[in-house]
Amino acid sequence: MKNTLKVVLGAAALGMAVAAAHAGTLEDVKAKGFIQCGVNTGLAGFSAPNDKGEWTGLDVDFCRAVAAAVFGDGTKVKFTGLSAKDRFTALQSGEIDILSRNTTWTINRDTALGLNFGGVTYYDGQGFMINAKKVPGVNSALQLSGASVCVQAGTTTELNLADYFKANNLEYNPVVFEKFEEANAAYDAGRCDAYTTDQSGLYAVRLQMSAPDDHVVLPEIISKEPLGPAVRQGDDKWFDIVKWTYYALLNAEEAGITQANVEEMKSSANPDIKRLLGVEAETKIGTDLGLDNAWVANIIKATGNYGEIFERNVGQGSPLKIARGVNALWTKGGLQYGMPVR
Amino acid sequence: MQEHDLSWVRTEMALAQAAPPSQVGAGAWMRNNLFSTPVNSAITLIAALAIVWFGMQILNWMFFSAIWSGSDRTACLTTEQGGQLPAGWSGACWPFVSSRFGYFMFGRYPVEERWRVLLCGLLFLVLLVPLLTPRIPFKRLNAILFFAVFPFVAFFLLLGGYFGLPYIETQLWGGLMVTLVISYVGIVTSLPLGILLALGRRSKMPIVKLLSVVFIETVRGVPLVAVLFMASFMLPLFMPPGMTFDKLLRALIGVALFASAYMAEVVRGGLQAIPKGQYEGADSLGLGYWQKMGLIVMPQALKLVIPGIVNTFIGLFKDTTLVLIISLFDLLGTVKQSISGDPTWATPQTAKTGYVFAAAIFWVFCFGMSRYSQYMERRLDTGHRK
Repeated sequence: MKNTLKVVLGAAALGMAVAAAHAGTLEDVKAKGFIQCGVNTGLAGFSAPNDKGEWTGLDVDFCRAVAAAVFGDGTKVKFTGLSAKDRFTALQSGEIDILSRNTTWTINRDTALGLNFGGVTYYDGQGFMINAKKVPGVNSALQLSGASVCVQAGTTTELNLADYFKANNLEYNPVVFEKFEEANAAYDAGRCDAYTTDQSGLYAVRLQMSAPDDHVVLPEIISKEPLGPAVRQGDDKWFDIVKWTYYALLNAEEAGITQANVEEMKSSANPDIKRLLGVEAETKIGTDLGLDNAWVANIIKATGNYGEIFERNVGQGSPLKIARGVNALWTKGGLQYGMPVR
Repeated sequence: MQEHDLSWVRTEMALAQAAPPSQVGAGAWMRNNLFSTPVNSAITLIAALAIVWFGMQILNWMFFSAIWSGSDRTACLTTEQGGQLPAGWSGACWPFVSSRFGYFMFGRYPVEERWRVLLCGLLFLVLLVPLLTPRIPFKRLNAILFFAVFPFVAFFLLLGGYFGLPYIETQLWGGLMVTLVISYVGIVTSLPLGILLALGRRSKMPIVKLLSVVFIETVRGVPLVAVLFMASFMLPLFMPPGMTFDKLLRALIGVALFASAYMAEVVRGGLQAIPKGQYEGADSLGLGYWQKMGLIVMPQALKLVIPGIVNTFIGLFKDTTLVLIISLFDLLGTVKQSISGDPTWATPQTAKTGYVFAAAIFWVFCFGMSRYSQYMERRLDTGHRK
């Protein structure tokens, strides 16, 4: 303990200099043989260990996709469960290589905290759920004047809530809880008229209510919460790999390449698909990234395309049953738009 | 010369008679202790009613209304929640625990390698039970095996990488296994370290004394949470890249040092209670420092502070749950994670069931330690009774 303190205090300046002299993350990752990925310790649909102790979820699958791109093997990734307050320290200190932990892309995080966001794997937004038994007839957040709202303390959720009610000149009573579980239990017990958190979370919370049908998720989204994977600033090569893994997942969905048909698709005549799967003659797309030319094929073999990941973890294939909504491809009216691979 | 005397001297004791029936038995005990005055009677009745009522509620929730089998959340849902159970039903959802039981016990330790953990646990029990039972001989051999050999066997068995066993990194360890590993290491290292620190603090050598005091007061002055956080997230910032050491190891060191500082103060309390005559007696027999401490002072001092030592052990056992903040998942961590992260079992009863399960396991261990310490106290109670 004494030594720990000495090391920590005495070597601060030296340590900073050493940390800055990192080799590239891609080389580091290749040398150690796996990617260290920071995920949420337990968030339904995004990251949680299953009964056998394997991590599952949308954020988890994204890290598997990056591992497949780098190593051709989606299992070469290790996960670190992180709490909301430890996540940036863990990334900055090099404890993890990617942070894929339902993290909102904001300018502060992009600049002051020194992160780079590789895309938006899930467009979320803060929403409201109301107890229709307690406040009947409410079908818009604008009718919530004077309502008591259960919210978790110390999150952007709490600030967004205050901003929204102030902007719309509405009165409200925040009922603030330190822990997510406490807020859930209090709302279920009828302490509040409404509950607010990210919409993806509202669906998971509703599953735990004693009478789910009494609870209605309101249509208003009061904040933008684009969630995506982040890496450290100053390592463009690694950033490119994470970014293009994300685009590859989207492009594969757009081109109709799935886990099941990826091998057949390799013999497709469509030049777009050939380019994507790295079967075009003399292609250098993969090697320019520092990867194998079959990188997209490896990704899809490991995790499936973006749509498959979504449906399996949070969509119709999961108990959450969240609709694609804004997370549909741009061709289907959503916001997910993969930059061209050529 | 003897004279005849009419006075009569009784030559044997009168036979003891049984106490009157009104003073013995359950009836008398209840009359004396529970119903001695009208106020006491009223309090007894109210308390009894409350105990029965709460007890019934809890038993009902845990056993009679509980659900024992099912494959997903629908098994534990009422009709209004989309399941089969009658409206207003409330009870434990045990299939949640049974389906995730392996995860609660072993964390993410690979399923096909879990026999290693079980073997390790079995060895632990085989060595621990005879060590704790006074009647069984070969204590010295047993203690050497338990404290010196077992840690190495457990290390190679759990971690692997030798003798053809696959290497299982500590990232994958979790559940009750991690709770027990941290507690075992903390308990086994903190007692000897604590004794040395306590002796150091009472030493006449100024440097030893100063170092012991500084160590004890520094460690006791910092919260465990802060130490764990520093060790796990701040330390890598100051180390050359690539030079990291295991997170579980960092937690083990932190917890062990922490417990030894507290243990040192407990042992010092015992040392202070030993009269000066004992030290002087040992000196007058010509015993050296270590003989004096080992043969005369320590046995008496430690006997006096058994409750304090076990108290520290129990505190340490429960403190292991703090490793959750550095992303090591002990028993409570795995339960919490399963509650918040597993939509397959998201029901209103899941959280309660999970926490009741974790509480029951913690209770069994802590209560066991506490009962054993009371037994030891009675057994070693050779005098000084006030």
